[in-house]
Amino acid sequence: MYTQALDIPPGEQPKRKPDAVENAAYQAEFDARIDAGATIEAKDWMPEAYRKTLVRQISQHAHSEIVGMLPEGNWISRAPSLKRKAILLAKVQDEGGHGLYLYAAAETLGVSRDELTEALLSGKAKYSSIFNYPTLNWADVGVIGWLVDGAAIMNQIPLCKCSYGPYARAMVRVCKEESFHQRQGYDALLAMMSGTDAQRELVQDAVNRWWWPSLMMFGPHDADSPNSGQSMRWGIKRISNDDLRQKFVDATVKQAEVLGVTLPDDELKWNEARGHYDFAAIDWDEFWNVVNGHGQCNVDRLAARVKAWDDGAWVREAAVAHAEKQAAREKAAA
Amino acid sequence: MGATAMTQTTPAHLEYVLRLGDAALIHGQRLSEWCGHAPVLEEDLALANMALDFVGQARMLLSYAGTLEGKGRDEDALAFLRHEGQYRHPTLCELPNTDFAHTTIKGFLLGSFNLLMWSRLCGSSDKALAAIAAKSLKEARYHAEHTGDWVIRLGDGTDESHRRAQAALDILWPYTNELFAANPTDDAAAAAGVGPAWSELAGEWEAAVLPVLQQATLTVPARTPFQSYGKFGRHSEHLGHLLAVMQHLPRSFPGATW
Ligand SMILES: [Fe+2]
Ligand SMILES: [Fe+2]
Repeated sequence: MYTQALDIPPGEQPKRKPDAVENAAYQAEFDARIDAGATIEAKDWMPEAYRKTLVRQISQHAHSEIVGMLPEGNWISRAPSLKRKAILLAKVQDEGGHGLYLYAAAETLGVSRDELTEALLSGKAKYSSIFNYPTLNWADVGVIGWLVDGAAIMNQIPLCKCSYGPYARAMVRVCKEESFHQRQGYDALLAMMSGTDAQRELVQDAVNRWWWPSLMMFGPHDADSPNSGQSMRWGIKRISNDDLRQKFVDATVKQAEVLGVTLPDDELKWNEARGHYDFAAIDWDEFWNVVNGHGQCNVDRLAARVKAWDDGAWVREAAVAHAEKQAAREKAAA
Repeated sequence: MGATAMTQTTPAHLEYVLRLGDAALIHGQRLSEWCGHAPVLEEDLALANMALDFVGQARMLLSYAGTLEGKGRDEDALAFLRHEGQYRHPTLCELPNTDFAHTTIKGFLLGSFNLLMWSRLCGSSDKALAAIAAKSLKEARYHAEHTGDWVIRLGDGTDESHRRAQAALDILWPYTNELFAANPTDDAAAAAGVGPAWSELAGEWEAAVLPVLQQATLTVPARTPFQSYGKFGRHSEHLGHLLAVMQHLPRSFPGATW
């Protein structure tokens, strides 16, 4: 099990048609398959730019799952009941599992998990900015489940039908678990809202802090997303950032009402003509500041990942050394 | 449990169950601290898995202890609203995760013990406890095997991993004296057929543990007169800090449900 994580020579790589050659015939076949809605598999020829885009997106997604373990992991040791402790542990463990499937999906594209990890730890690779916000009270755990997992589901459901087979299949499994997380988060908030005034204050405080960052999870406005068109063409992206964001707002307003919390936006109101909720302008300066490394927790999150990796080096080395000794002993005995 | 069963509960019976629940709770709490910080992703998942097993065992055992006690305390009242001196787990459970070697060695020493204990408790005269044992036994098999494999990897890995594993074993080994120390609760529980006196398990435990340590090329420390007293409610300095973190919320919001 552990050996997958280590830099042991890879087994047989998927056989792919010569991909360095941007062959016109292969390109036509690829385009036709995309147009027909067929899936592309690891062994199929694909344009280099398609492969690179997928590696970037899938690895960022994997890194987000792994870094995303930290903000909620912050509360495992302080969960207020044994039931909530068990739910939270299982949830954070699920996120680690999502990271694992996604790294495996990225590996089908000819990159190793170690390379990807290296890119994360050196700060070259990005992960979702939402995890650069701090978790300041217990209700943050519920609000993350409700809003952050909720926004992730909106983003990810279309990916279950994305054109790259291994990614699409990983997302089917991930989405099922994310829905579960969302319901559990909401349930934890319902319990707090039907509790004491002090508990309700915790929930409102958490909603105030997480609402806008959750809306930012859908990315820049369509007009400011230069790569979206190409991703749509390739069937990697199916619905635009703004459409997904609107869908999320429309779905969430009702849930906030049932919960009895106020979403921190004075301009949030139903627009009969559009058939959607209007909401205030997003503070994109804040978004880009956090993306570019200046959020409250960027430094801490990366430092925590680097520490875990560095502190674990001797353990990984021991596993490799032991496996080699065992192999040598078996060979000598044979 | 009917009222008759509750009136028959002896203090020793209750304390025996409480000790099992506390051991699962505190060991699970320590393991859960690794979540998101383990040396490799697969091991992060495995540690969280084991932590979840222990939290699950703690829930069953503490709920049951609350029933035996009959004072209306549920699993959370017992987990979060007692003082240091009221916990009955062996001190070994609460020692900090100094590094992955400490966690591995501790997990193996306790895991091997749990495996023996749960297999004996499957035959408990207390049917509720026997049912919990049957479920926990399956988990304990995995824990003992998984941690045992890592003990061997670390001991028989690199020079550094060997040195760390040996250092952890040297520090933790003396705390295993406590597991088998004579205790009146054990004598009463054994006499009533509730479960084995832990001291009875010493021989079988050594027979399970020593070959693995040998395969790991680790040196078993000589027994010393060191004694710890967690089972009697006298703990190390570490427990207070662990509880300060774990109990923070329930104590800050008295009467709240979550
Ligand atoms: Fe996830
Ligand atoms: Fe999730």
